[in-house]
Amino acid sequence: MSEAIVELDGVTVAYRERRVLVDVSLAIGAGERVALIGPNGAGKSTLLAVVSGLLRPIEGQVYLTGEPVDALDRLTVARRMAVVPGTANLPFATRVEEVVALGRLPHEDPFRGARPADRAAIAAAIERVGVGHLVGRDARELSLGERQLVLIAMAVAQATPVLILDEPTVHLDLRHQVGAMELLVDLNERDGTTVIAVLHDLALAAHFFGRLILLDHGRVVADGSAANVLTPARIRDVFGVDPSFVHLPMAVG
Amino acid sequence: MATHGETLVTARPRVVRSRGLRDRPVLLVGLGVVALVVALVLGVGVGSVAIEPGDTLKILANRFLGLDMPRTWTDATETIVVDLRLPRVLTAMLVGCALAVAGATFQGLLRNPLADPYVLGTASGAALGAAIAVLIPVRLVFLEFGLIQGFAFIGALGAITAVYKLSRIGGLSPLTSLLLTGYAVGSLLAAGLAMAMYLSGAALRQIFNYLLGSFDAATWPRFLATLPIILIASIAIMLRARSLNGLLLGEHTAAHLGIDVRRERRILLALASLVTAAAVAISGLIGFVGLVVPHVVRLLVGPSARLVLPLSAIGGAALLAYADIIARVAGGIPVGVVTAIIGAPFFLLILRRARTGYEV
Repeated sequence: MSEAIVELDGVTVAYRERRVLVDVSLAIGAGERVALIGPNGAGKSTLLAVVSGLLRPIEGQVYLTGEPVDALDRLTVARRMAVVPGTANLPFATRVEEVVALGRLPHEDPFRGARPADRAAIAAAIERVGVGHLVGRDARELSLGERQLVLIAMAVAQATPVLILDEPTVHLDLRHQVGAMELLVDLNERDGTTVIAVLHDLALAAHFFGRLILLDHGRVVADGSAANVLTPARIRDVFGVDPSFVHLPMAVG
Repeated sequence: MATHGETLVTARPRVVRSRGLRDRPVLLVGLGVVALVVALVLGVGVGSVAIEPGDTLKILANRFLGLDMPRTWTDATETIVVDLRLPRVLTAMLVGCALAVAGATFQGLLRNPLADPYVLGTASGAALGAAIAVLIPVRLVFLEFGLIQGFAFIGALGAITAVYKLSRIGGLSPLTSLLLTGYAVGSLLAAGLAMAMYLSGAALRQIFNYLLGSFDAATWPRFLATLPIILIASIAIMLRARSLNGLLLGEHTAAHLGIDVRRERRILLALASLVTAAAVAISGLIGFVGLVVPHVVRLLVGPSARLVLPLSAIGGAALLAYADIIARVAGGIPVGVVTAIIGAPFFLLILRRARTGYEV
């Protein structure tokens, strides 16, 4: 298992009595692009929380580059893994570039602050995510979609081998949804970043991600390519909808 | 890529607010230091015996810089400057620095723009401690600190310890729990204070004077005993600016950005409370500085704690030094009244001018 960058071994998570993840074991290799899918309450966000070490499983172990994640200090984790927050609630007026700059906190000198290399990474992230036109504006005045892009830029500035996103496209319009997906593909293919994203949109997941992990009731139900995971029977069983409502790219091809 | 990047960050396609000072914090520090020096000379000169600014500077240069100045002043003048007014002005600056740094820390830590140094019960703890000290008919003096200062210090730290311990019980999020517990404990202590004042009889005025806050009782030993506590704790807070910055986007994101949130919260809470308790012990309760100064600084330079903390320290010191000068010129009214009277309209003016970029 030395090639796995993120690995879960028999992970069970419970909130009080309720078990939200049950004996989940999976390995994600360095450079993979993985979409976590499943209905609401399936345990997708909980899975991300244990992977990032914010939540401790009651059983099992999570490994990040081969080391137990709860044995690593937060700074080490933050240099290996960036997590795009679902929401941003700022208590004070904060400019877009200042939000993106927060992504450099794990790398910057604790006493001297941001150095030229950090500033270059911030500028590069702003350009790459395409939020240059928002620079100078208070992040709290932005639309939800714009805010989402700024938070993605922050995670890109963090420049970690693993990038984790929880529903990164919910507030984005169609063009920006595709733009965000293309960015993830680019980060994955050009920089070798391992991308793990929770996605609700099955079509986007199927089109842009080579590997889909389907969760239901806290268990991994299917794991593999879109064609293997998103069968009409599973869509009916897991999501409880008529599969003809879901237009998937491979259904055409 | 760096040159390309620079243009991206500095070129602002649509500048919503004019903030020339934002990118020049060094200029602000320079202005602040000039303001402090002027406040020092003015503060020493103003009083029942007016002292020429020239004499003030010469006495200070003579005594503290070892420069041999031609004596154009009397011994009495030198005593007034060095033994009476200088400790008072320096105490005002020290307390202003402490309250502003503590305020900025509490606001960042609790992610609440309305937080001030007293928000988690330190004020009511200190007030109750001081009131109890007044009621105890024993005179104890250590390093010129009486029972009032000692009890106020202990009361402030005791209150915040209780709030922190109590807030950890129950299922609320840590921040909500801290704020609500602070409010509850504060109300309880305020009731104790009201009881103590009711029972105090003739000593009521003494309690009341303490609650209003002033620098009348400032002396060198008191200043020098408080200085290291406030200075060391403030510097320790400034060295943790990264943690406060990480908390801007909330505790989860802070953790993802490499901050050990639980540990940092405990340390910053302890340091900011220590600073507050030390300030409250020597000066009583002075409002507004800890709330307003960090906000004004943020409007000038943005939210980064790396800039906000040191500039708040300078700004708070200057504000309280000038407020004390005004209080003395106005016939010795409480300095807390002055901070509110000049601070509130000034703050409102700034809020109006920065309306587009600021919402609480």
